[in-house]
Parts: sequence; structure tokens; C-alpha cells
Amino acid sequence: MQALLVKDLRKVYGNGLIALNNINLSVAEGDFFALLGRNGAGKSTTIGILCSLVNKTSGKVFVFGYDIDHELEAAKSCIGVVPQEMNFSQFEKVLAIIINQAGYYGIPKKVALPRAEYYLKKLGLWEYRHNTVLRLSGGMKRRLMIVRALMNEPKLLILDEPTAGVDIELRYHLWDFLTELNQKGTTIILTTHYLEEAEKLCKQVAIIDQGDIIQNTPMKLLINTLDVQTMILDLVKPLSSDIKMNYPYRIIDDTSIEIEINNRQTINELFHVLNEQHIQVSSMRNKTNRLEELFIRLTSKNGILS
Amino acid sequence: MNTLTQKNWIAFRTILSKEVNRFMRIWTQTLLPPVVTITLYFIIFGKLIGSQINPIEGYSYMQYIVPGLTMMAVMTNAYSNTAASFFGAKFSKSIEEMLVSSMPSSIILLGYMVAGTIRGLLVGMIVLFISFLFTHIPIRYPFVVISIALLSAMVFALAGLINGMLAKTFDDISYIPTFILTPLTYLGGVFYSIHQLHPFWQQISFFNPVFNIVNTFKYGTLGITDSSVVFGFLLILSLFFVLFLWSLHLLQKGIGLRQ
Ligand SMILES: Nc1ncnc2c1ncn2[C@@H]1O[C@H](COP(=O)(O)OP(=O)(O)OP(=O)(O)O)[C@@H](O)[C@H]1O
Ligand SMILES: [Mg+2]
Repeated sequence: MQALLVKDLRKVYGNGLIALNNINLSVAEGDFFALLGRNGAGKSTTIGILCSLVNKTSGKVFVFGYDIDHELEAAKSCIGVVPQEMNFSQFEKVLAIIINQAGYYGIPKKVALPRAEYYLKKLGLWEYRHNTVLRLSGGMKRRLMIVRALMNEPKLLILDEPTAGVDIELRYHLWDFLTELNQKGTTIILTTHYLEEAEKLCKQVAIIDQGDIIQNTPMKLLINTLDVQTMILDLVKPLSSDIKMNYPYRIIDDTSIEIEINNRQTINELFHVLNEQHIQVSSMRNKTNRLEELFIRLTSKNGILS
Repeated sequence: MNTLTQKNWIAFRTILSKEVNRFMRIWTQTLLPPVVTITLYFIIFGKLIGSQINPIEGYSYMQYIVPGLTMMAVMTNAYSNTAASFFGAKFSKSIEEMLVSSMPSSIILLGYMVAGTIRGLLVGMIVLFISFLFTHIPIRYPFVVISIALLSAMVFALAGLINGMLAKTFDDISYIPTFILTPLTYLGGVFYSIHQLHPFWQQISFFNPVFNIVNTFKYGTLGITDSSVVFGFLLILSLFFVLFLWSLHLLQKGIGLRQ
């Protein structure tokens, strides 16, 4: 069963802007799916259509087999969504917000309360349950949006930049939390501009650019298509002469160099060459995250960035 | 109850209690102002000016205006509850909490409509009780009183919902009170009998919903009427169905709610 199936989805906003040209997507049940794209690519528009906050212009959407044109309520009961922008009534209290959210799904209080307690504790909000939203920090509000989205125990959780403005420690915590949810069977769709996050969490990735899907593959396959990666090496001693090797390289300063390695070469070979010339390396790292490097190449072909 | 009705019932109760809590919590903005305004009306129009006006159809001027003022309070409060609350939810985007959930549009409609109706009736009752402090108001036909009060509260709660949905700014939600409710009220026989109008305007007034609401309520309380009560009641009933279907259509299409 597909958790999500999107066919020929098109969205033209009232002002004539074509936000989605022709989107086709399929997300398998149990997947952890990254939907990536630059600002304005159409990620939030797509998500808005999936959870019926945006009317589509044409195309088909099936959520766990339910057609949103004909079985909207059944489709919606499978989804939990964390929107990109805050959408709370500022004067309401944390606990009231999530109990009401459960209520909208027809979940009685006696089921909702223990569930609320579980997730609030899990995301460190339990002690703030009697606070109004107005008195929460930005990161707390993000977490509250996640708790709210989980109140109906959705089979498909959609997160639109859930870690924007969240501190590092908490981000790691959220990653663990989401991984655990996914392992327990929740299908997750995630958008993010932190590509390291997508690479770490997601099994499948789609890249959307100017309203079209330009990539849709397993994360590992995509990363493997990267034919060149740039490594930065820190040297123990400054270089005394040029290095003799067939890797393109650039000297950054006395003790650091940048080397490009293509995917037919191995790092072992590189070190072999360096050893022969008695060049000692104290540390090594990728210049950019691999997914980031790919992403920039893929999306800049298509447009403005290049 | 099957699961679906049970779920819808829980969703309905969630909206209702949230909405009632809202207007109760801010009672100084929702319940108190109409009471103050109406008391002033009673003092100025009823006591001070009214004492110089001849009785109308056997009732003092004070008694004559109580039904109209009561219904005015019912209508404006039912209206402003849904209009302000729904637009507020739209403005803060918290409306999305309801839109993404699995409850059908009809439940959102009913939740808001009933909450607005409760506020309208509550304020109406308070106003009526205050009037008892000033004068004696008979209740000739309790069934007529209750049904027209209920029906008009529902009609105006729906009008507020529609206005809240279509409004783009906070100013837009005062359109109906300013351009429809107030003129219709002043032309609606709250302060005078429409028999005092030119026949042409009398004919027009027979189709004024506010006139018919006030007139029916006047009939239920004082037992006097300026026109056919049955026609008036049916007119308001049809208005109710029209507004109900219209707001359901707007909600289902997401007009003013979804891009
Ligand atoms: N309500 C709207 N009316 C008109 N155009 C809109 C509206 N909302 C979004 N757009 C446009 O649609 C396009 C896609 O926007 P969308 O919000 O889906 O992008 P996104 O991929 O989520 O971007 P970001 O990473 O910045 O959140 C953009 O060009 C945007 O300007
Ligand atoms: Mg977005």
C-alpha cells in the first residue's frame, strides 16, 4: 500500500503564479521521505494540498488509497501535519490546544489526555502545559506543533521544516524522536533546508524545483551519483614543494589543501600517494555535505543559482 | 451510536465548549457591553422620552420597545460571536487546526452556529430580565417567544459565520452590523409601529427580516402585531435555510479559507 500517491498535481494560485507544474510522487508505507527544494520551489504548496489547506488546480491525490476528492475525511484522518508557519491561537493553553485537536478528530478526552501527557513529556513540554502559547519560546512552539500533529496518531506524518530555529541539542533529540516514530511504523515526509538532516534521517528523497520533481530516488543511490567529492586535508607540517599526484588539488594555506576525488578513486589510493611523498595528514573532512553538493548542482542547472 | 456519529458528536462538543468558554472568559467584552447599552436605551427612550409619548396599542412606550431591544441584543450578539471568533481564528491561522482534521465542514458550521446562538440567547435573557426591573412585560405565547428567539439567533449566528469567512480584514466584519443590521433595525419597528410609515415603506417593511423578527417577538410577548406572524415566521425560517446552505457551501469549497 502506498502511503501517498500524487498524480499530475498542478497548482496555479489566484494571482496566476504556477506553483506546481506537474508533480508526481509516490511514498511507500513506512518510508522516511525527504522533500527538498529551494525557497519557493513548491514544497509547502504540495503539503498544503495534501492536508487540504490549499485547493489543487488539477491532479489526483491518494492517501493510503483514499482519494481526497471523494474520501476526504478518511484521507485526513490518516494525516498529521506540522506546518511551516505557526498557527496557534496565542491565548490558548498548551494542553487545551492539543486536547481540542484530538477532539476535532473525534477522540474522547479520556484517550486524549494520556496521549497528550506521553508526547508532551517526550518533547519536554509537560511542565508548560498550563502556559499560554504566547509565553512559549519559538523552539517550544515548534515542538508543540509536533505534539499537536500526533494527537490522532497519524499513519502519515508530514513535517514542513520542523527543525527551523531549533537549537542543536534539541535537533538531535527530535531526530531520535522521529527515527523512533518511523521505526514504529509511521510514514514520515519531511522538508528541510538542513540537508545533513535529510541525509541522516531519510531513506528516499525527492527534489522539487520550480514546481517540478527533478529527482526521486533512494537517498543512497542519489548520494552515489555524486561523481566527485571535495576533501579538505589539514597537514602536520607546511608543504615544502608541490605535490606530485593526479588528483586535482588547490592549496588553501600552508597547512591545508583541498583535493577532489572522483568515485572511481579511493581514499586509500590518495593516502598511498601522500605517504610516498611523506606528507602527513592530521585531519580530513568533506568540504560540504555530500547531499548539499549534489543539491546545488541539481537545482542550479535548472535556474537562478548558477 | 455508530463510530462516525460518535466522532462527530465529540468534534461538535469540542468546538462548542471552546467557543462558549471563549465568550465566557472575556465576558466583560461579550456579555457586559450589551447590558450597559440596553440599560441606557431603557433609561433614555423608555423612561425619559417614553414618559412623554402616548401609549401604543395599550402599552407604555417603555413596554412597547422592550421586545425590539431584546431581539436587537439577541441578533447582534449571535452575529458578533461567530463573526469575531471565526475571523479571529482565520487571522491567527488557528482555523487550520480544524481544517486539517477529519471532521466534516457541517460540524464546524454547527459548532459555531450553536455557540453564537447560545450567546445571543443568553444576552437576550439578561436584557429581558433587566427590563423586568423597569416595567412589566407579559409573555403571552411562550412557544412563539422561544422559537422566534432561537430561530433569529441561529440566523444571525450564520450571518456572522458567512461574514467571518468572507472577511479579509477586521474592518470587514463590521459591514453587516453597519450596513444591514443597524438600518434594518431602525426601519424595523423597534421604536415605532410601522403603521406610522408611508404605505410604500410599510409594504417594503413586510419583507424586512428584522421587522418580522421583532414583530413576531412582540406578538409572543405583548400579543400585538403589525402584520402576519405566520408569514413573518416562515420568512425567517426560509432565511435560515438559505444561510445554512450558503455557509455550508462556503465551508466545503473553502472560500475565504483555502488558497
Ligand atoms: N497564497 C499564495 N498566493 C500566490 N502565490 C503563492 C502563495 N503561496 C505561495 N505562493 C508562491 O508559490 C511558490 C511556491 O511556494 P511554496 O511556499 O510552496 O514554496 P516552498 O518550497 O515551501 O518554499 P520555502 O522553502 O521558502 O518554504 C512561490 O513562488 C510562492 O511565491
Ligand atoms: Mg515552505
